[in-house]
Amino acid sequence: MADAHASPNYWMIWLYLFILTVVEISVIYMPIAKIIIAILLVTLACYKAFLVAMYFMHLKFERRTLGIIALTPFVLCVFLILMLLPDIS
Amino acid sequence: MSEAAVMHPAVEPAESPLTPESWGKLGMWVFLAGDAMSFGCLLVGYGLLRSASSNWPVPATTLGINLTAFMTFLLICSSVTMVKGLEAVKHNDRGAAKMYLLLTALGGLGFLGLQAYEWTNLIHEGLKIYGNPWGSSLFGTTFFVITGFHGMHVTGGVIYLLVMLSIVSKPSTALGLGWAYNVVEISGLYWHFVDLIWIMVFTFVYLL
Repeated sequence: MADAHASPNYWMIWLYLFILTVVEISVIYMPIAKIIIAILLVTLACYKAFLVAMYFMHLKFERRTLGIIALTPFVLCVFLILMLLPDIS
Repeated sequence: MSEAAVMHPAVEPAESPLTPESWGKLGMWVFLAGDAMSFGCLLVGYGLLRSASSNWPVPATTLGINLTAFMTFLLICSSVTMVKGLEAVKHNDRGAAKMYLLLTALGGLGFLGLQAYEWTNLIHEGLKIYGNPWGSSLFGTTFFVITGFHGMHVTGGVIYLLVMLSIVSKPSTALGLGWAYNVVEISGLYWHFVDLIWIMVFTFVYLL
């Protein structure tokens, strides 16, 4: 229920998201291999999305089954990528 | 369906099993999961077309990321004002709730204005939906379809937020943990989702 949890510190989440965005932008100018940049960017983006879903959308404080519903599209997208891989290479 | 069922909504189970607050909240989550699939398919399709192309332009240099980084910042800020607005509704603070919801809607409007400005500039530079001076014509197609689809979501979100603002502004609407809190929370879910999707679009379309 809405009152069963203390509100997370939303300004801290905002700060994290801001810092992660700055890190993302600086990553693309780093003199490292392209594949490492790609992996870093995808990881950072997923972590930011995770923060928004968990704290702003309160998923952390909901029933676990609701979290599974929210996670379904990500799982399906991974399937989609795996099924399309033969076409790419 | 019998007439009794139509006339007495209480015949339906009053409590949603996943979201005890309301069925509407569960409905929004299911809708968002479906909507995430639409965006997921667009982004995976983008990845497929890009990796199959030999002359894909470098997005970070052709599109420019300074403006879009600021747009990302704007959406993140509007997500914070949204949760603050919801808190204000919970604490029965009508003035703060109105201010935060208005700020959230303004953040969305600012985003849309900047996107219109960005599109105009890019179109003048030659980026068209059917071609561009830098490489694969699909670069423009995917760019306009994905950012346009997201922009339409922001437009819908701003209208949604303004409706919420008008509900909260009415003195007859009871604040606190009641119906108003529930509908504002559901609108917040949609708004944060739009922010979440932009985080993905910014990474895949602009940075990668």
